[in-house]
Amino acid sequence: MKAKQRFLIAVAVLGLLMTGPFIISSLLVWLDMKADERDMLIRLLTSRLPTGTVMTLFGFAIGVVVLHKLFKQYIEGLLRMAETLRLMLNANRDFRVSLDGPPEVRQLAAAANDLAAQRDALMDDVESQIARAKASVEEEKNRLAALMSELAQAVVVCNLDGRILLYNNRARLQFKALTQGPTSVSGGALIGLGRSIHSILEKSQIEHALEVIRQRLAAGKAALANFVTTTRGGQLLRVQMVPVRASGGEGEAALSGYVLTVDNITHSIEQEGRRDQALLALTEGSRAALGNIRAAVGNLIDYPDMETELRERFVKVVADEADKMSQSLDRTMAGFSDSLKTRWPLEDVLAIDLIAAAQRRIGDKLDLPSKTEEQDDALWIKADSFSLVLALTYLASKLQDHYAPRELRFRLTSAGKLAYLDLIWAGPAMSSETFYTWEMDAMNVGGENSPLSLRDVIDRHGGEIWYQREKAAHRAFFRFVLPVATPEIGAEAEDRSRSAGRPEYYDFDLFNFADKSIDLDRKLAELTYTVFDTETTGLEPSKGDEIIQIGAARIVNNRLLHQEIFDQIVDPEIPLKPESIPIHGITEDMVRGKPNIDVVLPAFHEFCEDTVLIAHNAAFDMRFLQLKEERTGLQFAQPVLDTLLLSAVVHPNQESHKLEAILERLGLQIETRHNALEDALATGEVFLKLVPLLEEKGITTVRQALEASEKTYFARIKY
Amino acid sequence: MAHKILIVDDEPNIVISLEFLLKKEGFEIALAGDGDEALAQVAAFNPDLVLLDVMMPKKSGYEVCEILRADPQHGGLLILMLTAKGRDTEVAKGLAIGADAYMTKPFSTKELIAKVKHLLGVV
Repeated sequence: MKAKQRFLIAVAVLGLLMTGPFIISSLLVWLDMKADERDMLIRLLTSRLPTGTVMTLFGFAIGVVVLHKLFKQYIEGLLRMAETLRLMLNANRDFRVSLDGPPEVRQLAAAANDLAAQRDALMDDVESQIARAKASVEEEKNRLAALMSELAQAVVVCNLDGRILLYNNRARLQFKALTQGPTSVSGGALIGLGRSIHSILEKSQIEHALEVIRQRLAAGKAALANFVTTTRGGQLLRVQMVPVRASGGEGEAALSGYVLTVDNITHSIEQEGRRDQALLALTEGSRAALGNIRAAVGNLIDYPDMETELRERFVKVVADEADKMSQSLDRTMAGFSDSLKTRWPLEDVLAIDLIAAAQRRIGDKLDLPSKTEEQDDALWIKADSFSLVLALTYLASKLQDHYAPRELRFRLTSAGKLAYLDLIWAGPAMSSETFYTWEMDAMNVGGENSPLSLRDVIDRHGGEIWYQREKAAHRAFFRFVLPVATPEIGAEAEDRSRSAGRPEYYDFDLFNFADKSIDLDRKLAELTYTVFDTETTGLEPSKGDEIIQIGAARIVNNRLLHQEIFDQIVDPEIPLKPESIPIHGITEDMVRGKPNIDVVLPAFHEFCEDTVLIAHNAAFDMRFLQLKEERTGLQFAQPVLDTLLLSAVVHPNQESHKLEAILERLGLQIETRHNALEDALATGEVFLKLVPLLEEKGITTVRQALEASEKTYFARIKY
Repeated sequence: MAHKILIVDDEPNIVISLEFLLKKEGFEIALAGDGDEALAQVAAFNPDLVLLDVMMPKKSGYEVCEILRADPQHGGLLILMLTAKGRDTEVAKGLAIGADAYMTKPFSTKELIAKVKHLLGVV
C-alpha cells in the first residue's frame, strides 16, 4: 500500500475517532429518551449545533495538520533515507544521509552514516591490499619480462594450444630475420602475442616434444626435450622445450604450457662445415700433390745418372706440383681464413661501447683522464670485451708509470675488414724493446693480476697490436687491430624507441585463452584485432588511386601492442599527386624502390589473419583492399569494425566523428598524424576507449557492434 | 755496383734457394739466422735491402724492423718482410711499422725477384 493511501486512511480514522464516540453515545441516549425529552433536546441542540460543528471541524483540521506533519517527518523522511542508503550501497559510496527531521530520525541517520563510514574504511583497506598484491604480481611479471628481454637467447612461452604468451626481444629479432621475402614488409609478422607458434615451428614436432616431456615426467626424469628443425626458409633451429606446470598440480594433467629456447644454428653449422672443408682441402688436397713430388724426387735421388730429358721431366713434376700446392693453400687461406681463426668465444660489440668502458675503468683505477678523437660510432667488432678493456687499462697504467702522460686519447677507424682502435698519448719515443716486454708480461693493473699477457689477448682476438709514432704531432699510439663484425641482428635502435614504457612481450592472461578464432558473439574485449590505416595517392580508388603506405598494430586481450606492428611504404607504380604530398608527407623518393602492392598485400594479409579488422572510416580503406582482390587473389573476408561508426553509435548527438574530434572528445593525445602507423595506433586507442562506452549501451559483442554500426547515418556513405 | 741484400731467415731450406737465386741475379748476398745476427749484419754489411722473415728465434722480424726504422742511420734501407702466416692483421702490422713490402710463403721465385727488383728500382 502506498504511503499516500495510508495517509488518507489515517485521516479517515482520525475523523471517525473525533466524531464516532459522540455520535454513538448520542444515538444510545436518543434511543433511551421519551418523545418530549427528544423534542426538548432538538430544540436545545439546533440552537447550539453550529458552534459544536465548528469546534469539531476545527479540532479535525488541527488533527489532520499534526498527522500530516508526523507523516512527512517520519514516513517520508525514512523513505528518503532508505533511498539514500540504497544509493550509498550501490552507486555512490561517498554519499551520506543528510541529518534533518525529528531527533529520532536524525539519530537513525547518524547511525547509518557511522555504519557507512566503517564500511568504507573496511573496503578501502581491502582495496588497498588487493592493489598491493596486484602491484607485486605485476612487478614480478615485469621483472620476469625484463629479465627475458635481456637474455641473449630467444625465448618463447606458449600455452598448450601453441598460442604465444611471452617472447623476448631476441626471439622477435630472430624470427623476424627468418621471415622470407623483404623482411621489412613482414615486420615480425610471424611472432606475436596470441599468435600460433605453429606458423614458425612444425606442429608435429612440438607435439612430439611434448609427448617426450610427458613420458619423462611419468618416468620421474628431468622434463625437457630437444629438437632441431628447419624453417620454411631453410634455416636450422635448435629448440629446447621445458614444460610450464600449472600451480599446485602434479603429473601430466598439470601441464599448462611450455617454454621454448631457440638457437639459430645455421651459421655455426655452416662455419663448422667450412672448417671441415678447409681441413679436408689442406690434408686430402695436399696428399696427392705431395705423393707426386715424393715419387719424382725419389727417382731424382735414386737415379742421379738418368738422361737429361727424363730428369727435366721429373723436375717439372716437382715444380708443377709445388705450384699447385701453393695455389691450393692460397685459395684455402683466402676462403677459410675466418673459419680458421681462434675458437675463443667472441661477441659482437659496438666498438664505442668498449672504448667508453675502458675510459671509465682507466678513470676509476688510474685517475687518468681520457678523451676521444675521430670515432666510427657504427663500428662493430668481434671481441671479448673483458680482456680487451683489461688490456687497454694495463697499457694505460704502464704508460702512466713510465711517461706520466696528462691524458690519453682514443681513436677508432676502420679499413675493410679490420678495425683500428688507437690508444694515443703525447710524450717521448719509447723503445720497441720496452713495448715487447709489456706485450709478453702477464698483465697486472693496480694489484689486479691476470694470467694473460697482452699478446694472449691479441691472439685470442686474431688481431695485432703495434706501437707507432705520429712525429709531427709529437705523440704516439698503440694500435689494436681487431676483426670487424657484421652484427647479425641490426635495427635494434629503432626497436628500442618503440619499446619505451611497459614491456609488451608478454601476456600471461592468455594461459587460459585458447580459442582465438573469430566468433561474432564473443565479447568485444576478448577478441584479437588488427587496427590499420592506409595512406593513398588520392581519395578515389575507383579512378586509379593507389595505396602508398599501410600501418597496422594488434590489439590482444584488450591491449594495444606497440611492438607488434606492420609499417610499410608501398610503391604505387603511378606518380604521386603533388597536392597530396603535404598531407601524408610521403615523397616520390620514399616510394621508389619499395615493394609494390603485390608484395605487401600478402604480408599484410598474413599479419591480420584470424583477427577482426578495425579502421577509422573503414569503408574507404577496405575499398582499396577489395579493388586488389582480383589481382592478388587475397580476400580480406574477416569482420571489419569502423571507429567512425562506433563513435556515432556511442555519441549520436555529436556533430563530428573525424579521428581528431574523437581523440579530443576521449581525451587522447597522439604526436604525429597522417602517418599510417600513427593513425592506426590512434584508432586502436580510440577503439579501446569505445569498448566500455559501447557496453554501457548494451553493445558487448562484435555482432551487436556491427549491427549498431549499420544503423547509423554514416554507414550509408559509399566509396 | 751490385745491390747488397741481407737474407734473414732461420730456415736453411729456404735460405739456400734464396741465396742461390739472388746471386744468380747478380746481387751481393749476406745471411743471418736470427734477429740479433740480423742487426749485427746490417751494421757490418750495410745492405740496400733486407729480406726479413717474421717468425724467428731471439728477436722477431717485427722487432728487427722497428729497431732498424728507429735508427736514422739506416733511413734508406729497404725492408721486404716474409711470413708463413698469411693473416691480413699481420700484413697490416708489418706495413704499419715500416716494412716496404710484404710477401707470404709460399711464393714463386719469379714474383720474389720481381718484387726485389721493383723495390731497388732495377728492371
